[in-house]
Parts: sequence; structure tokens; C-alpha cells
Amino acid sequence: MTSSKRWLLPDGVQETLPPDAVAVEALRHEILQVFARWGYDLVMPAMIEYMDSLLTGTAHSLDTRTFALVDQLSGKQMGVRSDMTPQVARIDAHLLADSAKQQRVARLCYCGHLLHAIGDGVTSSRTPIQIGAEIFGSDSISADVEVLSLMVATLQGVGLADVCIDVGHVGIFRNLVKNTDLDHDQEARLFDMLQRKSIPDLQEYLQTLPLSEQRRQEICQLALLNGDLPVIEEARVRYADVDAELIASLDYMQKVVESLQEKYPATLINCDLAELRGYSYHTGLVFAAFLPGQGREIARGGRYNDVGEVFGNARPATGFSADLLNLYQLCGSAGAVAAGILAPDHSDPELFTLIEDLRRQGERVVVDLTAATVAAREQNCNRQLIQVDDTWAVKEV
Amino acid sequence: MSSALTIALAKGRILDETLPLLARAGIEPLDDLSSSRKLVFSTNDPNINLVLIRSSDVPTYVQYGAADLGIAGKDVLAEHGGEGLYERVDLKIAPCKMMTAGFAERPLPRTRLKVATKYPEITRRFFLEQGRQVELIKLYGSMELAPVVGLADIIVDLVQTGNTLKANGLTPLETIMDISSRLIVNRAALKMKNNAVRALVERIETAVE
Repeated sequence: MTSSKRWLLPDGVQETLPPDAVAVEALRHEILQVFARWGYDLVMPAMIEYMDSLLTGTAHSLDTRTFALVDQLSGKQMGVRSDMTPQVARIDAHLLADSAKQQRVARLCYCGHLLHAIGDGVTSSRTPIQIGAEIFGSDSISADVEVLSLMVATLQGVGLADVCIDVGHVGIFRNLVKNTDLDHDQEARLFDMLQRKSIPDLQEYLQTLPLSEQRRQEICQLALLNGDLPVIEEARVRYADVDAELIASLDYMQKVVESLQEKYPATLINCDLAELRGYSYHTGLVFAAFLPGQGREIARGGRYNDVGEVFGNARPATGFSADLLNLYQLCGSAGAVAAGILAPDHSDPELFTLIEDLRRQGERVVVDLTAATVAAREQNCNRQLIQVDDTWAVKEV
Repeated sequence: MSSALTIALAKGRILDETLPLLARAGIEPLDDLSSSRKLVFSTNDPNINLVLIRSSDVPTYVQYGAADLGIAGKDVLAEHGGEGLYERVDLKIAPCKMMTAGFAERPLPRTRLKVATKYPEITRRFFLEQGRQVELIKLYGSMELAPVVGLADIIVDLVQTGNTLKANGLTPLETIMDISSRLIVNRAALKMKNNAVRALVERIETAVE
């Protein structure tokens, strides 16, 4: 809505102004530097691409969140990205593919604006800036530990020291409902109740499902299995005779947690066996970072193997991402515009040379276009250029 | 990291049954909740504080982490959607039913049923599952009046005794869901204050039984 006095942005659409914008940019740079030092190559996917490539693989749950429009050139439907992960997976599977190097491991990182057709409820922003890193081509536990470590290192590196990590594994629930007669809808409802850890709803609903009494108990228990490492031990006892793959998932989780704890002994790590965010596309470990005082996670990720399959190249993948704008707010490092030097609007070539020199030295030199009617301080300057006996000198204001 | 926990309680109907339950769990506010005008209350347990808010705000406070736990009716939770919340315990207090109600003798229109309700989400979902197209009329109170004055054909509301319905000549028709109060927990609180939250949930769970 617009009128001469007001310009309102669409609901949930954000812009960043001085002095914050420069600080957000610095934070972006800082994080990408960390990624680069860990060996991740930056990619810049397009803001917009064909809908069918945006919505494949990882992203079926994204279709209602993606803005769609029609390409006037081809008549095909295009979408504005609501998540960069599928784009990066496509780039890995397709553009960087090289049949001679099937064994290659690609480490890619990215940062860019997203557009959400619908906000996700808790944050009202529809234009987050996603920043993240992914490893393609390695199915090893070391790859999962690396992205998790990178997530912790990144967050702690920008000053979020008391970040807490939550780890889960979708293989546990998947193996509990495998080989049962549950249809897709029933599994989806169970999944929803486990996400809400709603013991009352679970108990009531499980009674209506074609499951053994023991399996009902086992599924319900999942909602209670959260806490520190001994929880995994408890689960191992409880699910001992379910399935070897389930135990393998528990072992995997335990190894990851132990390895992470060794690297970051001061970081609180929580295990949650019913944590299934992104269940539809994650295939193994899932994790998230929380911060005291924040009601929701500030970064998350996990393993999503075979995502590139639709692009002609099935590849193991694992990674994490966060919203840069959210991180900036949490860092609390308020942006500040560097105080500069005010120069008069004067045609003296000597003045121009001096200004050039100062700028080369990294000074911010502002030419006064107000004919000295606005004070230097108000133009964010703490010094000014003054003519003394035919030469120009920098003087404190 | 502070281990103090905040519990959000709903004003009104549920509160009278909530306080005795909390007392059985060993949590008693230092002030009288009903007479004080305060909104934040200390309890006999220095690590537990209470906030008193409107019942439909409880899920929002807990979702955003403004309170670590909360006590809210299933009606409010179902309407809210429960995103980012754990509904850990059925407290078995303030039981009632979410029902449709209308005039028993008056046949419902075959097309476009008009439904008045305080719970548009629950109503929309209920009729969607039945594949029925309805016109929703959102009201904030005195639901029973809507069919009487012809504003709506039926209403969707909480029914406890059915006396208000009866007094207005209405009959309960279909049950949408059984309602009772739930103990809800913020996702991040369970993860970051796991021990404290679990201990408190268990205390309250024991008090229910």
C-alpha cells in the first residue's frame, strides 16, 4: 500500500538499512571466510529457475512456499527459490558432474535471499537470507561430523558462544514403522504427533492402528527419549529386538555425539530420538542449533542422500543452513557507520589529490553538498578538511 | 544458563482447576492469583514462575519461548496448530466437547452451510475432512445467538453441560473432538533445560494420576 506519506512493504518483507546493512554484510563475509577456510567453494545459484527443478528431491514440502510465475519466453512455470539447498544439489549433480571423477567430494557454500510465499509461522519474515554449507559425495560419518562441527564453529565464531546442539536420526522412526501395515496417511499423522511429542494424542491414535501392542509402546516411547547421551543407551535396551538397522542408527548417533563432544567439550549436546524435522527428505542424521532465550532453532541441517537422483546423478549429501538476518540480530553487534572526514565542495585540484590520498588510506571522505548548513557530526564525520594558508589540513571537529 | 522455568497459565475457566493440580505437584503461587492484578507470580519454588494470560495466548507465549511451559485447552491448541510446541501431558482437567449445534427440528440447507464459531481453523478442518463447503462466520462470544437470529445455520463451540444450548432451543449435533487441558512445552526449552523441564513435567504428570 502506498500513499504520499507512507510506503509499506508487503507483509513479512524486510529490508536492511544503515547502519545495520554494512554490519550484515560484514557478518556474511566473516561466515563465508570461515567456510572458505574449511575448504568450501562459494556458488551463487539463480534467484529464479524452472519450477520442476526447484521442487524436486528435497523440496516437495516447499511447493506451497514457492512463488510461481510463468516464463514469457518458454511458457514454462518458474519459481522464486524458497530454499537454496535443492539448487546447490542440482549444481553438484549436474553442472559439476564429471564421469571421470565419480568419487569426487564437493564442498559447496552459498548465501542469498529467499522468498517465501507463506511465512513459516514463528518468524514472520518472508525474505530471509539463507547462508549454508553442504558436502556432496561422501556418505561417511566424518562428513556429518564435519558439517556439524562447521555449524558449531561458525556460530561460536560470530560470538554465539552458548549455542546448544540437538541431534536426532530419522532412521529410528523409519525403522519402527517399516514392515508395518501403516499407510502413508497414518504414518504422516503419527509423524505429526511425534513432532508435537503429544503423548495423549499418540496413545489414543496408536490404539486405532494395526500394530502389535509392543510396537505401539515402542513408538510412543520415542517421544520420551530425549536428553543427554545415556538416552541412546536407554533406547538401545528398549529397541533391542526391533531391527538391526535401528540399532545401527543409534550407534551412528552416538558416534557423532561423542566425536562432537570431544571437539567442543563446553557445548551442550542434546539427543532427541523423536526429532524428525524434514523427515520427508532427510535420510539419516538431523541436527539443529538452539540458543538460550530463543524459542526456536537458529540453524539446522542433516543428511539427505540421493537428492541429485532426479538430476541424473544420485549423490550422498549432508549440510546445514541458517538465516543470516536472524544471526545478525542474535549477535547483538550493532552496526556503526565509520566516522569520516567532511570535505568542502571545492574545485581546488590540490584538495582533490588530498581526498584521493585519504581515501586510498582507507578513510571515509564525504564531500559536503549542503554548503556547510549541516554540521559535520550530523553527516557522520568527526573531522573536516580546512584550508589553512593555501594548504588543506584535516582538523578535528 | 538460568534454569528457572516460567509456566503460562490461562485465565478463567481452566485456572480454577489448574491451581489445585499445581498444588498437588508442590507448586503454589505466593500471591492469590484471582485477587491480584499482577501478571507475573513467584511461587514457593524459587525456580518456577507463573504468568497469567488469556487462554488463547498461551500457545503463542510458549511457542515463542516467552514461557517455557504452559497449560492450555486442547481447543486452543488445535486452533493454534501447535507448531513448535510439545503437548506432553493430558491434565484431564476442564473436560468438555467441541461440537456442532443447531435446531434439531430444522433441516440444514443442502448447499453452503453457514457456521458461526470462535474456532475457524478447527471448523474449517472438520468440514474439509467431510468434503462439505461451508461459510465461516467468526464470532467472539454468545455463539448460541447466531442460529436464533438467523446469522448462521449451526454453530461450532465448546459444550460442557449443554445448558446454554438448551436455554436457546439448540441441540448438540456432532462431536468434533474431546477437549481437556494439556501441559505444553517449548521445543527449545526441552532441549536446553532438559533436566529441569523433564523433572517438572514428571512432577505434574504424577499429580494428574
